[in-house]
Amino acid sequence: MVHVTTLGSRRYRFADLKTLLAKATPSRAGDRLAGLVAASAEERVAAQMALAELPLRHFLSELVVPYETDEVSRLIVDSHDAQAFAPLAHLTVGDFRDWLLSGQADSVTLAAVAPGLTPEMVAAVSKLMRNQDLVLVARKCQVVTRFRNTQGLPGRMGVRLQPNHPTDDARGIAAALLDGLMYGAGDAVVGINPASDSPDDIARLLHLLDGVRQRYAIPMQSCVLTHVTTTLELIRRGCPVDLVFQSVAGTEAANAGFGINLAMLGEAHEAALALGRGSVGDNLMYFETGQGSALSAGAHHGVDQQTCEVRAYAVARHFRPLLVNTVVGFIGPEYLYDGREIIRAALEDHCCGKLLGLPMGCDICYTNHAEADQNDMDTLLTLLGVAGVNFIIGVPGADDIMLGYQSTSFHDALYLREVLGLRRAPEFEDWLQSMALSDGQRLLPGAGSTLLRLAEAA
Amino acid sequence: MKQDILRLCTAVAEDAWSAERQHTVARIALGRSGVSLPTRQTLSFALDHARARDAVHGELDMPALARALAGLGLPLLQVHSAAPDRACYLQRPDLGRKLSASSRSALLAAAPAGGCDVVFVLGDGLSARAVASHAPRLLEALLPALRREGWSLGPLVLASQARVALGDEVGAVLGARMLVMLIGERPGLSSPDSLGVYLTAAPRVGLSDAARNCISNVRPDGLSYPLAAYKLMWLLRAARRDGSGVALKDGSAAEAAYLALQAVVGVQQGAGKPVIS
Repeated sequence: MVHVTTLGSRRYRFADLKTLLAKATPSRAGDRLAGLVAASAEERVAAQMALAELPLRHFLSELVVPYETDEVSRLIVDSHDAQAFAPLAHLTVGDFRDWLLSGQADSVTLAAVAPGLTPEMVAAVSKLMRNQDLVLVARKCQVVTRFRNTQGLPGRMGVRLQPNHPTDDARGIAAALLDGLMYGAGDAVVGINPASDSPDDIARLLHLLDGVRQRYAIPMQSCVLTHVTTTLELIRRGCPVDLVFQSVAGTEAANAGFGINLAMLGEAHEAALALGRGSVGDNLMYFETGQGSALSAGAHHGVDQQTCEVRAYAVARHFRPLLVNTVVGFIGPEYLYDGREIIRAALEDHCCGKLLGLPMGCDICYTNHAEADQNDMDTLLTLLGVAGVNFIIGVPGADDIMLGYQSTSFHDALYLREVLGLRRAPEFEDWLQSMALSDGQRLLPGAGSTLLRLAEAA
Repeated sequence: MKQDILRLCTAVAEDAWSAERQHTVARIALGRSGVSLPTRQTLSFALDHARARDAVHGELDMPALARALAGLGLPLLQVHSAAPDRACYLQRPDLGRKLSASSRSALLAAAPAGGCDVVFVLGDGLSARAVASHAPRLLEALLPALRREGWSLGPLVLASQARVALGDEVGAVLGARMLVMLIGERPGLSSPDSLGVYLTAAPRVGLSDAARNCISNVRPDGLSYPLAAYKLMWLLRAARRDGSGVALKDGSAAEAAYLALQAVVGVQQGAGKPVIS
């Protein structure tokens, strides 16, 4: 369907929905690289105006990637909850933004309508939202998930402890793990990005993490972030797998580039559920996403990178994840050029994921060839803290020595807790207190703690 | 009063687990000022980031590199990718993978009749500093073995605003049967000068990463020159026989000669992930 806006004597014409969505998107490097951006600033606003007039119902009939050739499109259409959508069915995208900002859209209502929203509806409304709208709306969404502790409760924020090491050295990993725990991090997950992809090496790391957890009775979940097929093999071998990790994208072709499809995710999900390792809940999938992943695989079908990203959330949503992490600045400046683009993308990802009912966290990060620095990350960290992000990443000194990029540090998380009063998952907070590492509010020095002998187990 | 001020001056809370630092180069046990990074640590991070940024934006000093390579006895050619400057290079990887029109014609004119066995391209990539520091030394370690085994060598090609795949076009134009790209990797905070080595058999335009083999993190504190040269020689021989790419698995590290060399020059510190394409 052709979409048209007339501004004075100038008539703007957008050939189809995906073109309209792309042209309405705030400019970013990946869309410029793909040749999808508006030709002028005026054309962008014209596209936003046309988009604002579009009924939400239209998204159920015009798909951006064909149903016949893409299983993500099929998932979106086939799992759409018409009953949940009914209260919004009369709205345009512009009305939808107004409704989201209104007092009517409270936490309970937003959770109730989430199954009725498609990724494209959510992407569309986010393109009409300023950064403050993205913060305000996300803050109203509450997504609570559970495995061995409770994530996403109001006024709380988790941290993924990321103790990576370039050669997966057990002592090196244990040292970073100790550092993080002593700083009160690790409630979201203790998750290692392994350098190796050999199943034996991964198994060794799984046993290392599970050994520490059991020895100190830590109410936490662990994960070694390897390919879903490797995790499945390790489950069959009897390894202690808490969470199943996988990177996911918003088109079938991009997922094929990751070597996955929905059936494989389903199989791994079932296998991990059968282990019954969660103590307070059974959310056990951990997904990572990031704008630009479909384009970098040449699998974006002419769809802008932010819309592709929100489609990845439809994949994630299907498996009731514990954690979804948008690794926003990792992909590099070809997709998000500078701090401004990274900040905007992170706020979009967080808000769109939350609107779809996902437990969104963010790897607030950048690479050394992006036009960004620690100040940009401080700004984004503060914004996401205000927006109610479920979790952030914690890496020693913000420097990931395995992946070669900068994320947030344990200190950064403490800063956010200090200025916003954000607390940890309640079970984990109790554990820290029982170990005399915290007085319930602030960290204690921990000298003499039995945890200091953690590395001996490695 | 004086005592109070002295106490204020030592407001950094040190961490009780600083001994763990011997097990990792990760920034652990940094201590806290309140909940924040102590001044010393925040400046140390800033310095490392500054060096990495300078490495990304530093230009390849062509005359200096040419001087450093003069002793190798190979003709030198300079080329430029289709990305005119760094800002464009960073946002348009497609242009960094393509020769500029004038560089392409210059190379065509210089192509050796009948081609050659191997061409080396030295590309700035994301760290010109890495190429300038390590490429000449790696070549010094490698060329004697290649010459002993009778490989015919094409010119050394120095490429600016280059991505890995640019080498394939250079190799195709020069009729190289094997192309080796030596290129600056994306700088990490602790490694602003890490060199990547990419090998393509039968190079041509349009190949994907899957068609290449990679040796990452070549630098004195990572994979040392003799070990990198040994690995590269191993891959060159294997790729001449079986072709390059994901099907070719680097088996050099299991060889007795490699282990003997490793015993002399030391173990690799760890590569992390290759970080450029």
